[in-house]
Order: sequence, then C-alpha cells, then structure tokens
Amino acid sequence: MSQPQPAGGPRGAPVRKPAAPAWREALERVRAAAVTEPGRLRVIGAVLAVALVAFGAVTAWQVASRSAAADSVVRTSQPLSADAADIYRSLADADTTAASGFLAGGQEPRAVRQRYEKDIALASRLLVKASANAEGSAAARARIATLNEGLPRYTGLVEAARANNRQGLPLGGAYLRYAGDRMREELLPAARGLYEAETGRLGSDYDDAKSWPWAALALGAVVLGALAWAQRRNYLRTNRVFNHGMLAATAAAVVVLLWLVVGHAVARSGLETSYAHGARSLQVLNEARIGSLQARGDENLTMVARGAVLGKNGDDAYETSYRDGMGRLVGGSQGPARADTLLDRARALADDAEGRDPVDAAIRDVREWQQRHVQARTLADDRGDYDDALRKVIGDKDSTGESFDRVDTELQRALAHEQSEFRQAADDGRGAFFGLAAGAAVLTVLGAAGAVVGVGRRLSEYR
Amino acid sequence: MRPVQGDEGKAVEAVHMAGARTKNRTKKRLRMRAGPTAVAAAVCALAATAAFVLPTGGAPAQGPPARAGAPAAPAPGAPAPEAAAREAAAPQQCTDPEASLRPSGGTDGPAVQRIKARGRLIAGVDQNSYRWGYRNPADGELSGFDIDLVRAVAKDILGDPGKVTYLAIPTSRRISALQTGKVDIIARTMTITCDRVRQVAFSTAYFESGQQVMVPKGSPVTAFDDSLKGKKVCTSEGSTAEIKVREEPHGSSLLTVPNQLDCLVRLQLGEVDAIVNDRALGAGQAAQDPSVQLVGKPFTTEPYGVAMNLADTDLVRRVNKVLEDYRGGGAASLWMKAYEKWLAADLKGITAPPAPKYRD
Repeated sequence: MSQPQPAGGPRGAPVRKPAAPAWREALERVRAAAVTEPGRLRVIGAVLAVALVAFGAVTAWQVASRSAAADSVVRTSQPLSADAADIYRSLADADTTAASGFLAGGQEPRAVRQRYEKDIALASRLLVKASANAEGSAAARARIATLNEGLPRYTGLVEAARANNRQGLPLGGAYLRYAGDRMREELLPAARGLYEAETGRLGSDYDDAKSWPWAALALGAVVLGALAWAQRRNYLRTNRVFNHGMLAATAAAVVVLLWLVVGHAVARSGLETSYAHGARSLQVLNEARIGSLQARGDENLTMVARGAVLGKNGDDAYETSYRDGMGRLVGGSQGPARADTLLDRARALADDAEGRDPVDAAIRDVREWQQRHVQARTLADDRGDYDDALRKVIGDKDSTGESFDRVDTELQRALAHEQSEFRQAADDGRGAFFGLAAGAAVLTVLGAAGAVVGVGRRLSEYR
Repeated sequence: MRPVQGDEGKAVEAVHMAGARTKNRTKKRLRMRAGPTAVAAAVCALAATAAFVLPTGGAPAQGPPARAGAPAAPAPGAPAPEAAAREAAAPQQCTDPEASLRPSGGTDGPAVQRIKARGRLIAGVDQNSYRWGYRNPADGELSGFDIDLVRAVAKDILGDPGKVTYLAIPTSRRISALQTGKVDIIARTMTITCDRVRQVAFSTAYFESGQQVMVPKGSPVTAFDDSLKGKKVCTSEGSTAEIKVREEPHGSSLLTVPNQLDCLVRLQLGEVDAIVNDRALGAGQAAQDPSVQLVGKPFTTEPYGVAMNLADTDLVRRVNKVLEDYRGGGAASLWMKAYEKWLAADLKGITAPPAPKYRD
C-alpha cells in the first residue's frame, strides 16, 4: 500500500561516516523490509513469537518464585517459626519445672527433674538448628547469641539453687529467684524476639506467595491483544476468517492466562486460609501456652519466696505477677474467658469444633486452677498452714499443679489440631501452583510455533 | 521489687504506712495542703491533748474507755485503741523508744484472755531469715532465734510452746497485721524506732543489732570505712544499709537488690565485693557460706523488739515478763542458750542479753 521510500538513504549517505555501526545497518535492512508486505509479515510473526515466549517466560518465572515462597512457608519458615515457639515454650517450661522441683526439695520427683532436663536439651538443640537457618536475619542472630550465652548461665544458677536447697539453706531460694529473673529478663524476651523474627519471616513468605503476578498478567493481555490485531489484519487483507496457526497461538495464550489467574487465585485462597486459621491460631495458642506456664512459674515462686520480694504496693511480687498473667490469659475469676484475652482470641480463631473444644476445656481448667490457687493462698496466708498450701500447689491430687497440667495438655491438643489445619490448607494452596510454570512454558512455546507457522502460511503465498 | 527480709525494709515500710494508715508524719504534710485536713489534724491534736490530760500510771488498762481518742485511731477496721491505753503504750516525746511497760504476770487482761480463749497464739514471723525465722524445706519446720521466743511466749500463756499459728508476714505488712488484729505478736527481727512506737507497742529489746559489713574471708575490706574504696557494695533496696551507704559511700559503688539474701548470691557470683547489712541477718548469711564473715564494728544501734497492738498493754507486760524469765540466769539463761544455738558461731562476742528499759 504505502510507497517505498528511500528511507533516508541518499540524504543520510553524505553525513554517514565510513565506519557505521553494524546494528544500524541491520536496522536499515529491517526498515527496508518493512515497506513490503512479506517483510511486514515477517516482522509480525517474529514479534508475536517473541511476545508469546516472553509471556511464557515471565509467567514461569513469576509462578516459580511464588511457588518457591509457598514452599518456603510450608517447608522452612513455618517449621522455623514453630521451632522458635518450641524454644520459647521449653525455656518457660524449664523455669516453671525448676521451681516445682525446688518446692519438692529433697523429694524432687524423677519425672520433674527429667522434664527440666528435656526442656533444656530441646532448647539447646533447636537453637543450633535456628542458628544454622538464621544467615539472613541479623535480628534473629542477635537473639540466638543472647540465648546461647544466657542458657548455660541460667542452668548454672538453677544447679546452685538446687544444691543449696538440698542442704536446707534459704540461699537456694535466692539463687532460684535470681535464675528466674535472668529467665524473665533476658532469655524469654530473646526467645520471644526470635519467635517474632521467625514469624515475621513466615509473614513475608506468605506475602511473596500471595502477591499477584502482575507482569505476567499484563504481558498475557498484551499478547492476546497483539494476536487479535494480527488476525484482524489478516482477515481484512485476505478475507479469510481463520489462520490456524495464529488461532492455535491465541488458544495457548488464553489457556495460560486463565490457568495463571485461576491457579493463583486458588493458591492464594488456600494460603489465606492457612494463615487465618493456622498460623494466627498457632501464634495465639503459643502465647496462651507460654502465658499459662509463666503464671504457673509465678505461683511456684510465691511459695519459694514466701513474701521475700514485694511489689511497689507492698503485695507479694510473684502473686501480683500471677494475677496479671491470669488476667492476660482469661481475665476474671469465673465463667467464660473475658473478651480480648488470649484464650478468648484462641477460641474465636478456632474455626471448627475440633479446634474449639480443647480451648473450652482449657478455659474450664484455668477456672478450676484459679479456685485452687485461692484455696492455697488462704491456707498459706491466713491459716499459716504452709505444708497444706504446698500440697495444694505441687501435690498429685486436687492441686493447682494438676489443673495446670490439664491446661497445658489441652492447649497442646489445640496446637496440634491447628498445626494440621495449617499444613492442609497450605498444601492445598501450594498444590495449585503445580505444573503451572512448566505448563505455561510449554504452551507458550507451542503458541509461538503456531504464530510462526500461521504467518509462514501467508508468507508462502508471496512466492 | 522491694526488700523484705528482717528489718531492712524500714524506709519502705514508712512510706507504705504513711500512704495507708498513719497520722503523725502525714499529718504535718497534710496540714500544709488543705483546710479539711487541717481540721482533721486539729482533731488529732485534740485527741493527743485529751490523752495527755487523762490519768496515767500503773494500771491504765482498767481505766474507762476514753472515746476521745477514737478519731486518731490508726487503721480502718482496727480495734479502736483507747486513749488511756495509747498514752500508756506510746510515749509522747520519743527520746527512748526502747523503754517499754513493766512486766506483770498477775491477772490476765483482755488480750491475754483473747489468746487463751482461742487456744492458740497467732504470731507473725519471717520464713526466710536463716537462724532467726526459717522454714527448713527438708522437714517443713520453722526454727530460729525469733521462733524460740514465740514458743516461750506460747508456753507462758497457753502452757504449750506448740500452740502457735505462724503467719508469714512480709516487712511492709508487719504494722498493718498488728493493727487489723490479724496477728497477736510480731517476732520478726523488727527494730524498735520512734516512728514505729507511735503505731505499735514493743516489748523490751531482746537483741541488739546494727549495720555491719560482710566480706569474703581474705578481703582487704576491714570495716565500714575507706577500705571500701573502689569496691562494689550490695544492699537491699530501701534498707537502712542503703541509706547509710548512700550517705557515706567511702568511695564504693552500690548495687541494690530486692532481698538481703540476694546480696549473698551476688557476692558468691563475684558481682559485688562486700555486703552492708543488719548484722543479725549477716549472721544468717555467714551461717550459709563459711567463706564469708562479718568485719568491723556495727556502725548503727538497732534494738529488736516483739511488736504488739498498741491496745494490748496487758500482752506487752506479759511478753516482757516472759523476756525477764528468758534473760534471767546469767550464762545459763534461756536467752544465752538460744544465742549459743543459733548465733554464736557467726556472731561472736556477745556475753549477755541487752538490759531491759522501762518507762513506768
């Protein structure tokens, strides 16, 4: 249609320097080719093929990175976050158990001693694992260093407490309180910081996995638009409705685009479910479990300190801390958990009966624990019956310790349930990415071939 | 966190009491502030005057209840002390807080009758002061110098040293526990001071304590003097020791901890070089660690007394009689025996109990 123009050749010749760059010559050739219909067809074919392949490549790349993030949620960051929660919990458990064993004095049951040792061993082992995985995070590394330095110091203080206590010296109680202070002021905050850092990494993996692959989607739309334009042009010029090659290319692009949209939406919803019902539940339940451990530790230390440490208002510091902890855990002294307390939030986050039941049971057990605690305090503070009070706290039957153990077991059950919920939803989400990257690559390459073949058909008509 | 053990919590207690339920110190402060409190202060002053005018002397407990004293009553819910009783138990000018009421063993007054009717003496004690009042974790038994004294009182009143209910009363609660009638007596390394004799009644002094320095054996620190230069000293928070070290640091730096025993933990861990503490409690610490010792002389004088409610004058006289018996007999006295048993190993050089002082 358009007339061939001496594309700047004669005009440009006099100014052109003898050593013109090669790419410019190539460009000139393309320009020259573009003025003829076969030349234009070649360009169109090439552009379509390149666009399709680019679409496939970007799709494969973006899907692969999301799929890797989803993998990382399930395989790395969630387990690491769970490990950090285990470090946090086992340290709190060790502290509480040390105080229980201390109260039992020379008759410290073997099981109590073993539980303490297991807690310390687990924390040490998980710390090694966490530090192997903490290359990227300075915050996590600093926390791990604090924990590694503080843990042997803590166990040393506990052993000093134990040795003095077995000799019947009150100095043992002072050592135990000092150990407890180190735990509360240094180790537990560091463990909590590590848990938060790992949970933050989990959150960012979630975000990476869930973010829409905008580049691939946009490129897909552009490819479809280009294919439509090329086919319309073909129709206008030849009056042929279909060009089989380009039709195949269009079908491939549509399939890839739909697959991408649907697959990603499914993955996103699976991951969202796993986050809402799994990861958040797990977080709140972990907090609740550690909260109950600390309240138990405070209760034990109240019996160890016997009024040796007072708060600012003149009340026993450990009793005050116990009450604050119970306030955060359930609030009030009877009935259901108060709004916004940890167990209330855990209950609200549980999305089925299987998740709610253990939380409800834990709330009932906490109520019973609180009642028994009041009885123990009455025995100790008003009746001066320390031995009965001690039995009420660390005895086997009808003791606060029995209630606490039940609370711990129920929360453990709830955690196990939420962990499996999380895993299932996350696996479902992750599964939606399956084959998408490879499929997109293959289909777009086929589409590109189709486009080339389609254009080649038209081109052959010029020979 | 605040200190509690033994007697080191005086400053805290004073603050606590001022906030909660006392008059004399707060009175002055309040009077400066507002009209209504000035009226209250005037009422208190009136009550004090009334008490001054009322007959005093030998047998105040038998006098008619003088209700004029009621507005000055200390604790809400406490048995309102009678003005006459107040006069007898609390001296107006505090020059010699140690002076107590003369002993009497004759007829039982209302407080002694109350204890007899109950069949048990309720004693506020410490459970953490080794050698003074301590619960041994092995057998759950309370023992120590203070506990022996409580048993002697129970034996005298009830005929059985075992008829005692021991309540662990923290330092900050000692005075309120007496004022609310929760306990009959407090035997808990409690120092007799002018501040306190306005709030509770004390027996005669049963032990002479004082602040002293404790260090590991072989330490260059020799007393509360310049040998402390450059050393790190530990005291419990809010204690007399803390006040003294802040007044005269002798070149030392200070670490305060919630409880006096925490200082021994820090000393053993090498975090401090010396402890300044009540020597009675220091003896309890030295008994737990043979490698530390008290050095120098006590640089304050702090007499310990058994504390009771101001209104229980008959019980004060009865306890003073028990103490007379306890001290009697020279080197073979019950007092000396208790000293030998609990304290002599770590608090050497005491040859006799402190002499009693009476004000009537």
